[in-house]
Formats: sequence, structure tokens, C-alpha cells
Amino acid sequence: MDLSRLEQLDEFRWLVTKSVGEARAPVILFGSRPLIEAMDDKVREQITNVARLPGIVGPAMAMPDAHWGYGFPIGGVAAFDPARGGIISAGGVGFDISCGIRCLRTSLTIEEVRPRVRELADALYRDVPAGVGEEGEIQLSTEELDDMLTGGAQWAVNRGFGSSADLDFIEEHGRMAGAIPTDVSLLAKRRQRGEMGTLGSGNHYLEIQVVDRIYAQDVAQVFGLRVGQILVSIHCGSRGLGHQIGTDYLVSLAKAAGRLGITLPDRELACAPIDSPEGQEYLGAMRAGINCALANRQILSHITRKIFSRLFPQTVVETLFDVSHNTCKAERHTIDGRDRLVYVHRKGATRAFGPGHPDLPERYRAVGQPVIIGGSMGTGSYVLTGTEDSEGRAFSSASHGAGRAMSRHAALKRWQGRQLVDELAAGGILIRTRSMRGVAEEAPGAYKDVDEVAEATELAGLARRVAFLRPVACVKG
Amino acid sequence: MAEGPDPRAGEEGIGYFEHGADIGVVGRGATVEEAFEQAAAAMFAVMIDRHAANPTKSVDVVFEEDDLDLALVRWLNGLLAEARVEKLALAAFDIERHGSTWHGTARGEPWRPSIERGVEVKGATLTMLSVRQDDRGWEARCVVDV
Repeated sequence: MDLSRLEQLDEFRWLVTKSVGEARAPVILFGSRPLIEAMDDKVREQITNVARLPGIVGPAMAMPDAHWGYGFPIGGVAAFDPARGGIISAGGVGFDISCGIRCLRTSLTIEEVRPRVRELADALYRDVPAGVGEEGEIQLSTEELDDMLTGGAQWAVNRGFGSSADLDFIEEHGRMAGAIPTDVSLLAKRRQRGEMGTLGSGNHYLEIQVVDRIYAQDVAQVFGLRVGQILVSIHCGSRGLGHQIGTDYLVSLAKAAGRLGITLPDRELACAPIDSPEGQEYLGAMRAGINCALANRQILSHITRKIFSRLFPQTVVETLFDVSHNTCKAERHTIDGRDRLVYVHRKGATRAFGPGHPDLPERYRAVGQPVIIGGSMGTGSYVLTGTEDSEGRAFSSASHGAGRAMSRHAALKRWQGRQLVDELAAGGILIRTRSMRGVAEEAPGAYKDVDEVAEATELAGLARRVAFLRPVACVKG
Repeated sequence: MAEGPDPRAGEEGIGYFEHGADIGVVGRGATVEEAFEQAAAAMFAVMIDRHAANPTKSVDVVFEEDDLDLALVRWLNGLLAEARVEKLALAAFDIERHGSTWHGTARGEPWRPSIERGVEVKGATLTMLSVRQDDRGWEARCVVDV
């Protein structure tokens, strides 16, 4: 990125000073100098376009893992005030609504799992539908789908997938209120019929991990983490239903914007005022998409638990936390000294409530929300915790992953899937996949340095590192 | 922006362009319809080895659209939806335009293990979307979310 267009506010915050067109709000990029230098200029262009949308309050922001996306950059965060004509944008949420990570903590250690890790990886690969074209065993009727769209993970638990104890550790207590199934097209529902309990593909995965390093012992204790412990992270989203909601509303909101008098700096930022009928309709559908993702991760957690119970009887598998990345949520934040209700778009960013937030489960309230930065299959992931500073800095938001450093096109030309799988196996990481091409596109070298992203996230005051997780086996979609 | 050969392409009229996280697909042809067909082929080549899928079943995608750019997005997204609903690996594409009415047909077969898989495309976006004609013919391009 061209640093001449930025003013460095402190070591990890950069203000965009030169932009094309009139921005209604400041634009801030979070990250160390090397991360910002390596970021594509498109990130600055895209987040600056976000700052030109009506009703924005506070700065438009890019997290340390930000990279070029469509509409918003991936890693983009912005809040809009309905009382000031604020908008909701389908391009600010994306196609994979509520894509996120469910992190499960087990009572097992690496020493207990190591002798049977191949068997475990094979069982997960066999029982978790993953990859393009794969279907799940759960087929829902139209009525059941509508119940799922309003019930989320709570619906899944009522159907026997997992336990109610999981719900305390899922955002929104497992059920996003305000979902309106009638705002979801019939086509979106048809696309979802065979997709409940499926992982998807691309950057989605189910990974067995070991706690390799603890950074904050006090918080780790509250989160129930210790060195050598086995965790499972499940990264996936709202599947075909979310994709179709994104498709439906991207085009309809792009067409509506002109009618509603909104000049779009980029058509991909298709949006409508939150309080308009169009905005409310998208909100109802998007919230249904969030519930679909929460239900999907709940089902996948249940499948994972069954496999662990079969191979390791007496093992306890609990939900550490479930975070969503692609959402727009109504939240109360203190802005200019006033408590205000705003709609926070996080596209490829994690909510990161700090200590004391009333929406946190009692167990974590004193230390903050678990934040998970998912790394590539060859490097590792981080568990962090929300901070008090993050509220004022970024509407309580943090990085969500390592972030791509190289396009899929370039990765495919540079790496071969089979070779990568063999190299990772030699390094003690088992990969199970139906797509070697997908593995090549997801090569660890195609991602930013996750250590650098996690460190910058902490030093920027967005979240505090708690533990580093090293991959042991990964089912790639 | 770098453009160039890609292991997925391997045929004339199909191309890809760089995008940070996702994939830019390009279709070229003598007519706008041909460019749309090739763009569809480029998109499905991201997901499957198209040459391994037999055209035994077909689906239709019909829509009304005046705006050429939006027509490309609706065509590609219509195909993605039909492929998922009918559980097909689509491999061959035809589309006709009569005024603002577009009638497309795609052929393929149900998924089977021997069809090599790539990554799933979630949707065709409005990013870097363009449908234009130059002295070499028509070109249709956009970024698809994977």
C-alpha cells in the first residue's frame, strides 16, 4: 500500500488522508507497518468507499488481516445510525452470511490423541460432508426450514443436535432475533435442503488443534485452556441459503439504491436505509441467514462430538465459543460520549466484546469474549479475548483470520495440492480433502503471517492474545 | 492486474484475472451470448473438471434484464442456484437473448466421486463487473466469491 496516502496515528493505527470523493467519516487501518505496506491499495479504496455511505458513524475501519474483497474489504468494519439515515448493505455482509468459527474444547491431551490421530482424521473426513457438491443427511421440509431460520442453534439443540449448554457460548445465545423467513426466497430455501450439516469448501475447514502456548494464564484458566489440550475449530457458514440471500439482495438493493436516492461509490455496496422497507426486508433475511449458520455449526459440532465419543469414550467436548464473521448487528455503543444504537457491519471481522459486557456468558464476563483468529492449515490459530479498549477503537471488533496475501490464481500456479499434503504430513499435520486443487489454493504460503496478525491485533488494542493453537489434522472443504 | 494462463482454463475464450481473496472470471466470444457462455464455463471450471462431467441432464435459467452487466451476474448466479438445487456438476452452457429476455440452458450430470473438484463458488459479484465489445469481439467478466 502507498503509505503517502496515510498518516500514522500510532504504531498500529493509520488514518487515510487522501481519498477520491467525499468521505463522510474518517478511515482508519489497523496494523503494523509491514502489514500495512503489504496490504493491497484496493483495501484503502474499498474502505474509503464505505466511509462515503449515508449515516455512517465513527470511522470506517480495516482490521490487521484486511484484504481486498468485494464491496467492503474483507476485514472491514463500519457502523450506521438509522436515526441519521444510516444504511444496511448486502455488500457489507457478503454471500456467506455469518460465516464463522465454532471452537470446541475437549478433555483430551495430545498424548492421548496422537496414537489414534489418523483414525480420528479419517472418521471426521468420512462423516462430515465437505467440499463442493457434497450433501448432508438432514433433509428439511419447508416448515422445518422456516423453524430453523427463526430458531438457529436453539432449533438444532431442540432437534437433538448437541446440548443446551452449548447455547450459552454462542453469540446471540444461539438464536438471532428478528429473523423473517418470508423475506428469504423460495430458491434460497431450496438450495439449503440438502446442505444442513455440511462444511462447504474454499477456506472452510474442520481442524483438530493442540494448545501449544499460553499468553495470558488468567484468561486461559477462565476459558478452560491448558497447554497440550486438544481443541476442534469448525469454520463454515450459512451454505447455499446464505449464498442465495446474498445473491437475491445484492442485485435488488443495487437496483433500489437509485430509486432511494443513494449514490453508490461502488455498485457492490448495494444498500438501503435501515428504516426503509427494502432495508428491513434484507435485515429479516440476513438474520435468518445468521440462524442458518448457527444451526449448521451446531449440527457439525454434534457430528464431531459423536466421533470423539466413539473413539475416546468418556471424553468431554464443550463449546468454548462460536463467533460469526460476516454480519450486520444492532448494538449499543458509546459514540461521542452518548450511548447509541447502531448497526455494525463486520465483513471478515469478529465481534470482540470486552470485560463486563452484558451480552457475554457469565463464565467469561470478567475477562471478555473469546475471539478466534483462524490461521491457515499449516501454521496455527489464536484464541484471544476482547478488551475494554476495543469498544472505543473499533466498536468491539477484531481480526478474524490470517488474511490472504496471495490470490487463488497465483497460489494455484505456484503450488500443487498433493505435494502440500505430503509436506504437511511430514511436518505432523494430516490433511483430508476431496480437492487437491482446493488445497493448493489454500496453501499456507498464500496467507499472511498469522503470528504477525495476532500480535498487531493485540498491540492495536483490539483483543488480547490468550493461546496459540497448532494444527494436528485438518478436514478441508 | 496480472492476467494469464491458469490450470483451470485450458481452452480458448476462458480466462481468469487476479483478485485478492476470490477469483476473477472472463468469457470471450464473437457475440455477447458466447461471452456469457464462456464466462459460465470459466466459473464452473473453478468448481469441477468440466471435461470429466457428461452432459446427461439439463437445467434452464430464464430471466428478464435490460442491463448487460446485471444480466451476466443473474446468468451466473442462476446457474449456481440450479446446479445446487438439482445437484448437478454443470459442464456445457448455451444462452439466447430476445430483447431483454434471456433463456439459458446448462447441461451436466449428478456429482460422482471421479469428477475432480475444485472450490465452491458462492456467488457472482458486481465487483469488476463488465460486459463490453471491442474490435476482438465481446468480453464478459466479474469476480466470483469462493
